[in-house]
This record gives sequence, structure tokens and C-alpha cells, in this order.
Amino acid sequence: MTIRTARPDRVEHFRPHMHCLKKLEALVVEMQDPKTGVKGSEQKLNVTTIPHVITGKDIVAWITNKMKTTAEEANVVGTMLVAYGYIYPLQNHKKLVMCNDSSLYRFQTPYFWPSQKWVADDSDYAIYLAKRNIRKKGLLEPYEQVHYNHLHKWLNHKWDFIVMQATEQYRAGRERKKPDRVVFDCQERAYWILNRPPVSVYIVCFPVLPQNIFYQQAIMRSKVKSSVSLGALVKYVTTYKTHDPFLAPCLPSNPWQTDSDAYWTLNMRSVDLPTKMRVERWSFSLFELLTDLRGRDDFKIFLKKEFSGENLAFWEAAEELKWGTASSMKSKAETIFKTFLAPNAPRWINIDGRTMGLTVKGLEHPHRYVLDAAQTHVLLLMKKDTFFRYLKSPVYKDIQKKALNPDPAQLEQNAQNRSPGIHPIILWKQEEEEKAKAAAASAPVDVKAMMSKIDRK
Amino acid sequence: QKVLVELKITFSQCSKNERNYKTTSRKYMRSPLSPEMATQEVQLNETLAHLKTESENLKSKLEEERAKLHDVELHQVAEKVEGLGQFIMKTRRTLKGHGNKVLCMDWCKDKRRIVSSSQDGKVIVWDAFTTNKEHAVTMPCTWVMACAYAPSGCAVACGGLDNKCSVYPLSLDKNENLAAKKKSVAMHTNYLSACSFTNSDMQILTSSGDGTCALWDVESGQLLQSFHGHAADVLCLDLAPSETGNTFVSGGCDKKANVWDMRSGQCIQSFETHESDINSVRYYPSGDAFASGSDDATCRLYDLRADREVAIYSKESIIFGVSSVDFSLSGRLLFGGYNDYTINVWDVLKGTRVSILFGHENRVSTLRVSPDGTAFCTGSWDHTLRIWA
Repeated sequence: MTIRTARPDRVEHFRPHMHCLKKLEALVVEMQDPKTGVKGSEQKLNVTTIPHVITGKDIVAWITNKMKTTAEEANVVGTMLVAYGYIYPLQNHKKLVMCNDSSLYRFQTPYFWPSQKWVADDSDYAIYLAKRNIRKKGLLEPYEQVHYNHLHKWLNHKWDFIVMQATEQYRAGRERKKPDRVVFDCQERAYWILNRPPVSVYIVCFPVLPQNIFYQQAIMRSKVKSSVSLGALVKYVTTYKTHDPFLAPCLPSNPWQTDSDAYWTLNMRSVDLPTKMRVERWSFSLFELLTDLRGRDDFKIFLKKEFSGENLAFWEAAEELKWGTASSMKSKAETIFKTFLAPNAPRWINIDGRTMGLTVKGLEHPHRYVLDAAQTHVLLLMKKDTFFRYLKSPVYKDIQKKALNPDPAQLEQNAQNRSPGIHPIILWKQEEEEKAKAAAASAPVDVKAMMSKIDRK
Repeated sequence: QKVLVELKITFSQCSKNERNYKTTSRKYMRSPLSPEMATQEVQLNETLAHLKTESENLKSKLEEERAKLHDVELHQVAEKVEGLGQFIMKTRRTLKGHGNKVLCMDWCKDKRRIVSSSQDGKVIVWDAFTTNKEHAVTMPCTWVMACAYAPSGCAVACGGLDNKCSVYPLSLDKNENLAAKKKSVAMHTNYLSACSFTNSDMQILTSSGDGTCALWDVESGQLLQSFHGHAADVLCLDLAPSETGNTFVSGGCDKKANVWDMRSGQCIQSFETHESDINSVRYYPSGDAFASGSDDATCRLYDLRADREVAIYSKESIIFGVSSVDFSLSGRLLFGGYNDYTINVWDVLKGTRVSILFGHENRVSTLRVSPDGTAFCTGSWDHTLRIWA
């Protein structure tokens, strides 16, 4: 089938009722057993003969016998099989119910089973509708026409791709034998009736199924006792109390109250000596230390002494990848692989084999979150070990001693004194220049280029 | 009388108040029922009844699970905490320059500059410390309901009734026409209610009256992820402050506050305890909880780890809705801007109101605490912004 490749992990959506689906699947497999399953036959539908068709009453009878229950209950199970897409009706294909009579059904191909890992998303549906439009111009059902118009608007930016895919699939379909094509069309149609149901089913049923899934997920989610989580909230407040300008005085003064921006000047990004309060805040968590770029610089000094700067460098590179432009991702991923992950890489990070394997494999098709696992691993390492060693280190103790403790200033409010400070655009440009210089300085030297330069001289 | 008339006009203009929020493309035409379809309809209804019972059962099971872990109330834990003293919070700056209602504002990371947007389509960048206006842009639409400052300080984003979010790179040259370099990034099918840059200038998160949130790549305008799950207009959003930075919370007219995973687009937690539209959501500084403000005149605190609402901040005398909330740096104080022109300051732990601030002459529409917590800024329908400290 030329339809699609498996999508990246969206399994969370289905995990909670997987165990239900597994039971249904086991049942369906048994029903298809050539000896003990439901008896199928060839049926003529319009002009074409379709193989392996089963009747509703045969299905219900089989379930009644298998589960040793009444016909009504068997009918409900049958309806569940249809509602979840394991069996589809050939006539009245929009009504997903099991009828205990001579209505005709077929087993859905496992490719379209709901337990499969990909989700029926809008792009796929758009391709399907576009393909139907090619085949039978203007013969989409009213609700499908509405879907199509909506998708045409919402997915307009990739409509060329959608039309191209639809045309490809249509051509591929024409090359199949007619009975195969009719069967496949029925399967595909059934899949979409389930995932994009028409009117009454959509409005009434649709909110309930995903909602039930959501409740199941919520029940299974690990929760913490109130005393624990509320205790943590209180602890946070207590830790930061003296740092909150609304609860404790800012030193030397709150700029808004005294018109003096000394507080901001003392706490700028690249001061030589930070204030004592600022240094204390770095000790609250690794997050605080990393978020304050001055703190991160101090941390880097410590890491350099320990010859373990590659973890933080990798974390920073992964952040740049995550928050960078979509177009830069491929090149960034390549650089990261060469610098940190390749065998004998200049700044090779020491992560466990499994994570390394997953990451390297993921880098074959890089996306924004491809380094998540590795980044989390590295962050946890820094959080649980490196961070605490930093706090006990001479580097930190030294900066603690040297840090400034400004005296509270009782300045007169004077609107004329309000200094304009440095514009953020200027600061940003300065930082970008420094970053570029640092990157150039630490880039691995291209020995061949250097040698040829020397030779030429 | 003047105020009432103004309110009436603005109600009809602002589509947020229309209950008929669903666009025509979401309404489906029913096909005529035939007799045989009617019998199948009956069977279908039985299936639905079964699903609905399952739904009720699951819901009560979830409540049961939550109740088991609910061993203490917030104010009980807070009993051991020191009480707060008296507060002297005054207006330290008043920023005048907008010609109409101020709808939104955001702080620059430099802790002194802000961007604000208003109903007349103007977006202004101010150095709030000196009260100088640095830039002004006129948007092609009115009701600019959302604006945001880029983390680098080099650009701003804004949008509203144009259904888009556009990014304007800022310049050191005051005479430069910023509109010339404007970049259209997000496209929704209804008004833009909120926008926020992520950790870099390269991505924007938006929420819209079309019921969805979306993550966009600024450079290409590409949609990176969309978030579906709200049943009505989404009015607000806030990004989590954690080092992993992968979740955000949104609030909507469906009274729900949803927590989303930015990577997968999945809604990972949902809270529905408010009695009316949620106008504002804001994370607690630790990222383990968030507060919400609603038209039902209450602010609420939700604990993400315990998965439930843990506090309601309300008073009988407070009748009008909350438009905007934010925490002080330590998370001890919650500031709320209200539609009755006041600002109420709440003790987050003890649940009491510690201060009420007057000054604005019309409803407070937006409120944000500065990045270093030294002040908070409010924007109002009285056309001004005020800095309080």
C-alpha cells in the first residue's frame, strides 16, 4: 500500500484502552479462523464480486455460541466490533452497528485497526477526500464536502502536496485489479467513516469516545498527595521570600520607587561581581543557575576546572535545536552529532548505550525534539550530581565571598535622574558577537587548511 | 450613562461574547431520515447510552482517586506560615498615549520596557522607567487583543481581529517604519486572543477564538503543532517555566483550563471548576501549579501534581470578572485585575485578600508582573497603563 509511513510516537492517545482493543483483536482473529471462525462467502455488490463477506446473523450466532450468552449481548459485542472499526458494513456503510440479519459485513484489514500506532490526522483525510474528488467529481457526501472545504482552508499551505499525494494514490489504485480495488476502497471508506464520522454519530458519539479515553488516562496518571505537593508550594514561597521585591526590600533600592536604576545596573548580564542575593539564588536550583546567564558562566568556570564542560555544552546545543528555526534544524543536528555523539567526537558525551542508540537513529530524520532523551539524561546528571559539587566547590565559595552587598539607598525621587540604560537591541548585538567569537575560537581546527595556508606562504 | 453606552457598543463588536462562536464550516447539515435509518438510529442510541454510562462511571472513579489523595487543605498547610504585613503599593508611572482601550501588554526581559496594544489598532513600545514612547505601529485591524515582547528584546508580536499574529522587528532608529519589515506568522480562522514567544525569538505560541492553540515557526510561518480540545474560544495561555519548557496551559470560554504537551499536541491535564469564561491563566513560579481568573469573579489555584483545584480567591463584595492574573516573584502574592476597575492582591497561601488598589477609571484589562518582580503593570480601558510598586 502506498498510503503512508508510520508516524512518530502518538501512542499516548491510545494507550489507556489498548487492553480493551487487545481483547477485541483476539476475538476478531478467532472469528477469522478458516475452520472454527465465521463462515464467509463471495457476494455480488453492484457489479463486482467481493470475497470473504459475512452476514450479521452469522456473526451474532458465532459470538453467542463462543461467549455462551444471549443474542442481545452478542449483538452489543458485535456493534462494538463495528464501532471500533474491526468489522465494517458493506451496505448502509455510514451506520456503524451490527444488525442481526442478512446484512453484509467484512473484516477490516489489520492495517486500519485502531490499535495501530498512527493517528488519522487531517492531512490524511484531506488526501483521501481529494482522491475521491478525482475519481467521482462532485460526488462527495454533503458532510464530506463540508470537511473538504474546511480542510482546504485550514491546510491551504500544503494543498499542493495533498493534491500530489491524492493523484499518486489514485494512479496506484487504477493499476490494481478491479476486485482488489473495490475491496480496498471499502476498507478505506470504512476507516474514514469511523475516524471522521458523518452527522448524528459525529455530534453525539464523538465527544464521548475521546472523553472516556481522557478519563481513563487521568485515572491512570500518577498523582501526589496534597500534603506533599502543597508542602512544596509553601517551601518555594519560604525559599524565595527574601528575594521577592514586594515582600523584602530591594538593595540598594527598587528603581520604580526611587528613580535610580542602580539595582538593574548591579544585576546586569555580564557584571564582574554579582550581588550576594543573586549568588544565593543560584543555589536554589539548577534551573536558577542556568537561567541566570551570569550564573551559567560561573558554572562553566567550575566545569572547565573539572574537564566536564561537554555536558552543559551539549545541553545548550540541544536547547538551540529545540527553539531554533525549522530551516536550521538539519545543519544543527549534523553539527551536534559530529561534536558530541559520533564515535571519537571531540566533545563526546557519556550517556548510556540505549539512549545513545535511540538518539543516533533519530538523527537520521532530525526533528525538533530528537535530542530530548539525551538532553534529559544529561540534565538529570547535572542536576543530581554536578550541581551539588559546584555548590561545595572553591569556585562557588569564592564568588560568594567576593559578591557585592549594596547598602540600602534612600534616594530622592527625581524624574530627571531616570537613566535610559542600554537598549536591549545593542546588548543583544554585543552578545551575538561574543558568541560568534567564542564559537570560532573553540571550533576544531582544520589541520589540512592550515597546512596548505602555511605551504602557500 | 456614557460608560454603559460604551459597553454596549463594545459588546457587539467583540465576538468573544457571541455564543454563536462556531464557524459555519463546523456546522453540519443533517441528512433526511428514512424509516429504516430510524430503526438503526435506535440501536445507535443504545450504544450511546452505554458509552455515556461508561463516561459517568469513569468520571466518578476519577473523583474517587483524587479524593483519596486529598489529605489536607492549602490554608491548613499555610497555618504555620508567617502572616503578611501591610503593603504600600502605589502607582509609580502612568503611561498615556493610547487613543483607546488598552487590551494587552507584555514586559521586555530588560525589566523596564513594555509593549502594549489597544482597540484603536495601535501597538506602542515604551521605556516604562522613563515613560518615553520608543516605537509605535498601527495595525491594519482594530482590537489588537494580544501582544508579546520577544526574549531578545529585538521584536514584538501582536494580533487580534485580523486572525493573525504578526512579528515586527524593532529598530534603534526611531524614525524607521516598522510596518515595512512586518512578518505575518500565524493564521487562525477566528480572532487572536493571546500570543507568546517561547524560549527564543524563533517560535510563537498562539490561542484563538477558533478554539485552538498553535505553535508556529517565525521564520517560515510554518505551523509546527496545533492543539485541539477546547470546545469554545480559547482566551489565554501561559508557558511553563520549567527547565524542560515543554508544556503550557490555556483557558477558554468552555470554562476549562487545559495543560498541553507542546511536542505531541496532546492535552495532558484538564480542569473544569470555574463557572464562566476563563480570561487569564498564569503558572506559579515553580511550574507545579497555575492560577486562573474568570468572569465568575473568582481566581483559582490548581495544583498540577495533585491534579486538582486547591484554592478559590473570592469575596462576596467582588462581583465583577477577573480579566488578568499574575504572581509575585516568590508566588506568595497573586495580583488580579478586575472589571470593576480595581486590583485585588491575594495571599496565595492563606487565601485572604491583603490589599485592594484603586486608580484606573475603567476596567483593568491586562496585568503582568515585571521579569524581576520589582513592579507590576496594568492596562485599562481608560486608555492608560500604570506601573505599581
